[in-house]
Amino acid sequence: MTLSLQELAGRFSQLCPPAQAQEVDYAARGFHLDALVQPGQVVAAAELLDQCGFALDTITGMDWLEAGEMEVVYDYFHPQAATRAAVRARLPRREPEIPTIGAVFPGANWHERETHDFFGIRFLGHPDLTPLLLPEDADFHPLRKDFAP
Amino acid sequence: MSANAYIAADSGTGETFVLNLGPQHPATHGVLRVKLTMDGEYIRRAEPVCGYIHRMHEKMGENRTWAQFLPNTSRIDYLSAMAYTQAYVARVERAARLAVPPRAEYIRVITCELNRISSHLVWFGAFLLDLGGFTPLLYAFDDREKILDLLEAITGSRLTYCYYRFGGLCNDVDKDFIEGSRAFVAHMRPRLELYRKLVTDNIILRKRLEGIGPISAQMCRRYGATGPVIRGSGVAYDVRKVEPYSAYPEFDFDIPVFKEGDCMARYLVRMEEIRQSLRIVEQALDRLPEGPVMAEKVPRTLKIPPGDYCFAVEAARGRFAVRLVSDGTDTPYRVKLRTPSFSNLSLFEEASRDMMLPDALALMGSLDLVIPDIDR
Repeated sequence: MTLSLQELAGRFSQLCPPAQAQEVDYAARGFHLDALVQPGQVVAAAELLDQCGFALDTITGMDWLEAGEMEVVYDYFHPQAATRAAVRARLPRREPEIPTIGAVFPGANWHERETHDFFGIRFLGHPDLTPLLLPEDADFHPLRKDFAP
Repeated sequence: MSANAYIAADSGTGETFVLNLGPQHPATHGVLRVKLTMDGEYIRRAEPVCGYIHRMHEKMGENRTWAQFLPNTSRIDYLSAMAYTQAYVARVERAARLAVPPRAEYIRVITCELNRISSHLVWFGAFLLDLGGFTPLLYAFDDREKILDLLEAITGSRLTYCYYRFGGLCNDVDKDFIEGSRAFVAHMRPRLELYRKLVTDNIILRKRLEGIGPISAQMCRRYGATGPVIRGSGVAYDVRKVEPYSAYPEFDFDIPVFKEGDCMARYLVRMEEIRQSLRIVEQALDRLPEGPVMAEKVPRTLKIPPGDYCFAVEAARGRFAVRLVSDGTDTPYRVKLRTPSFSNLSLFEEASRDMMLPDALALMGSLDLVIPDIDR
């Protein structure tokens, strides 16, 4: 199933509650579609992109210290159609929790583990959130903006 | 999951033991450790243990200026440094609206492709070493040395190149480099024929690789595997074609694709890619424009407009992407590095299940892993 960008953006607005997805200037930003979803919708968004034939590019976090929020960014690319999509979700910084998308994209397992290492974002339903890149006894999250070594 | 759940009906004893492969086992690459749950010679579960050379490049990106982070990008995949610096400088250039002179873009293509060939030659030698053949390594390193000498003369480095600058190049290439590159193209083509006779057509190699370690296009997509891995599974995905950058649209080259998905397919993709890279280098040398190699007005301190920016290139191992987040200051707010070896290795646990150990080592070698690229 291959959809145009407008159709794909339309699919995001059909999620419940409707998610915002907009086309962005690829030349300036480096991706085509930017979607902001509720944390509970990331699995539905992953299923939607999976059905459209997207591949998982990467998952990462962002710490917005001043806003008191964390952001999880899911990057997708399409192996045939040269389309890139970014799906974002914002979480409260005090309780950063979001469902895992590992059941849809098994490659998410490591990316989520890494994001947990660096930001302390907990992926609910993830089979193993032990440190992937940090030392096995690491109890710190170095990419948090208030982290001090 | 209990160990018993992995046991296939037709093989093995049902009793498992744990075998550590690495982190300094000579048959593995660098400091990768794989915890294997074995049933005799069969792998029931292979769990890669990463992070032994984790350096936290992404944190380093947040405490230095845009320009100061540039040398870090050549130390992620040390065999494919040109492509990595290319991704970073190209992203910053686009965000800061710097125009790169055509001569600089051509030289970037030439150096990136030479770097790709030298990277594939290391893989070729190391892969055959994994399979028990020592001699090809000596041939491959002999040829690779010629590239390293060429690049060292213009960049000053043999591996960790920091040759590109925001807006162009550190310095122009000289006559020796151009003539040397031409001589290398002429030298390398018959060498590939020699490799074919010596290695590719060898019945022992074929028996070790054909039908071994199949990876489907679906598996590549679900794990985000790219580069020669996805092209060995029948998908013509190459960032140079689907998201063209630099001067690549101006050159005529093919994307080698093999549909079998086994170790041999990945082997053949890389061997054919060397040939295609030679074609690109030859065309770029023939049509190399005159002119400056640096944009005219590059501010000493770059400031990037607030926002987030992505950019991807086709490195030797696949798709390398950066996500840069700027808050408008001279220092990045966030630098995300998406590396191909990380995604390519992540499918190993699934792909190696119920394989025999020597076959799994062939599979691992065919993924062409660079450990600092995984650990960052």
